[in-house]
Amino acid sequence: MFGSLGFDVLFKGTNMARLLGGLGIALKISLISVAISIAAGIVIGILISLKNPVMDGVFKVYLEIVRIMPQMVLLFIVYFGAAKAMGLNLSPELSSIIVFSFWGIAEMSDLVRGAVTSIPAIQYESSAALGFNRWQTYAYVIIPQTARRIIPMSINLITRMIKTTSLVMMIGIVEVLKVGQQIIEANRKSSPNAAFGIFATVFVLYFLACYPISCLSKYLEKKWEN
Amino acid sequence: MSNKDTILTVEHLYKAFDGTSVLEDINLEVQKGEVIVLVGPSGCGKSTFLRCLNALEETDEGRVLLDGEVINPAEGKSLSHVRERIGMVFQSYDLFPHKTILDNIMLAPLKVQKRDKEGVKAEAIELLERVGLFSHKDKYPRQLSGGQKQRVAIVRALIMHPEVLLLDEITAALDPEMVREVLDVVLSLAKEGRTMVMVTHEMAFARAVADRIIFIDGGKVVEEAAPDEFFDAPRTERAARFLKTFSF
Amino acid sequence: METEAIREYIPLYTQAFILTLKTGWLGILLSAIIGISGGFVLYFKLPVLSSLVKMYVELFRNTPLLVQLFFIYFGLPKIGIALSAFVCGVLGLGLLGGAYMTESIRSGLEAVPDSQKEGAVSLGLDRRQLFIYVVLPQAFAISIPSIVANVIFLLKETSVFSAISLMDLMFQAKDLIGLYYKTAECLILLVVFYIIMLLPVSALGRYFEKKLRFGMYGD
Repeated sequence: MFGSLGFDVLFKGTNMARLLGGLGIALKISLISVAISIAAGIVIGILISLKNPVMDGVFKVYLEIVRIMPQMVLLFIVYFGAAKAMGLNLSPELSSIIVFSFWGIAEMSDLVRGAVTSIPAIQYESSAALGFNRWQTYAYVIIPQTARRIIPMSINLITRMIKTTSLVMMIGIVEVLKVGQQIIEANRKSSPNAAFGIFATVFVLYFLACYPISCLSKYLEKKWEN
Repeated sequence: MSNKDTILTVEHLYKAFDGTSVLEDINLEVQKGEVIVLVGPSGCGKSTFLRCLNALEETDEGRVLLDGEVINPAEGKSLSHVRERIGMVFQSYDLFPHKTILDNIMLAPLKVQKRDKEGVKAEAIELLERVGLFSHKDKYPRQLSGGQKQRVAIVRALIMHPEVLLLDEITAALDPEMVREVLDVVLSLAKEGRTMVMVTHEMAFARAVADRIIFIDGGKVVEEAAPDEFFDAPRTERAARFLKTFSF
Repeated sequence: METEAIREYIPLYTQAFILTLKTGWLGILLSAIIGISGGFVLYFKLPVLSSLVKMYVELFRNTPLLVQLFFIYFGLPKIGIALSAFVCGVLGLGLLGGAYMTESIRSGLEAVPDSQKEGAVSLGLDRRQLFIYVVLPQAFAISIPSIVANVIFLLKETSVFSAISLMDLMFQAKDLIGLYYKTAECLILLVVFYIIMLLPVSALGRYFEKKLRFGMYGD
């Protein structure tokens, strides 16, 4: 009974390894995007906190785009649109990293901006009075204080990115869901009901990838609450 | 014109906020080892004046010289170099919340002055012992009382070996029972010959600690006198009226 | 750019838009029902049910909607539960959203200060009245920004419906691009329709957030 639902297919040949490999691709795309988002988000967030009206306006529009446009739509625009509009032939991997970073940078920089502007002015003044230059003030005083608020949220961003990587199959990246489809297809005759077992497994794999990271994020948030 | 022991010189300082004049033509010479207390009604410009001294506020006109060297807010690079030589303690507790007491004190000498860690640590511990806070060295600022935090802030300024120490109403935000412990530290610094310029509303303390009192009102220096002279026989009507509002 | 093509596609997109809205809002309605029930279960710490709700919340918050949909649409029929793409869409979105809504409602309920409850009890309100007249309205006000954020999130998530052959906006765009290669026109329409769908909700969310902050801090 159990076998007929496709769980046996998992252990045939390299199927399980292929599924995990697909998950690996999803993880790789999200980790690269998160790294870009954090690095660029810190820089942009600090720039925005300087309150230049032009930059403020541009940033608000940028945030709103990210807030209301589904990542799926952005993926299509970059993957299909860029090729058409600019003659750029972006690989699906690069397209998805661009879209995920576009989204992640918006969230990170807004987070950094919020955290930086909530630091009282006296912290800047007393740093200046101690002889810190601007760069040192940010490096030793402002950023370490904001880090405790930002780190749990950026870890949380990792899980959301991992979940969203499931979309990249729609632009042809062979990630875990696509591998699952291929396996089901290949075993269609011998195991016609494999869809149940395979997709259940993909479901569980995603959960196993995201749940520990969510827990870590929650734990750090509680720990650093005050 | 300036005495060879002059450490800080202020020449014709003007400052306005949004067109409203806050400081008008302030002149001052501070000698090495001198303690100057700025008094005056709230909003008279004394805190702004103090902040102009280490260029936290830009001045509109006039200049401030430290040991003959011009402090110019426009030259950002040399600014932090000058600021290491002028220590400042603020009214609100401004310790870094993410660092322990010891780390708060050691951060600037290590990062700004690039001094040797062991030496800085030894000095930090010595200073903490002096202000009676050695046992608190590994705590975080939030675990300390206001008076304790202000004493740490003084130590944090002292460890930079400033030539001048600026104190901006450092007891104004404290509960009355904590004021004493902070002022005692300042008094002992005065005794050992530190050059200090401070703003305070503690008149009895001002009298005890000052070598010279500067009375500022409406952005101008109205009276400048030795403490006994100022408190017992103010020359101007405005100073007399100001002193009447304090009962001590 | 061909305005001709755009004019021609608008009716097709409108159809898809209506289907997307219908699926989306039905899913959101389902998620609200699940969320309120789940939130109550957690707030009152009902035995057994509480741990079940917690497991459900973690499971659905830590997996992508697309994977949930694949399981429901392609997997479940293999054990005899075959549902139409539309029902799968509503169910998937409802289950995903329910997990998020449960958290919003629970944290809203728990954020009502004890002093409020004590004040109400000292006025002589019984437990039921306390909950209905004091806790619930305040909890709802506290939860609103996060509920609106969930609604925006869920409406955006509808963009994956096309993967289970639901003829939504995404499906329409993909289909037309494949048929006529008018990529730019199709993508622009896609963006426009998503703006129509989400901008008002986003603006409403900001309005509520401001109003709530005013209610709490008065500025």
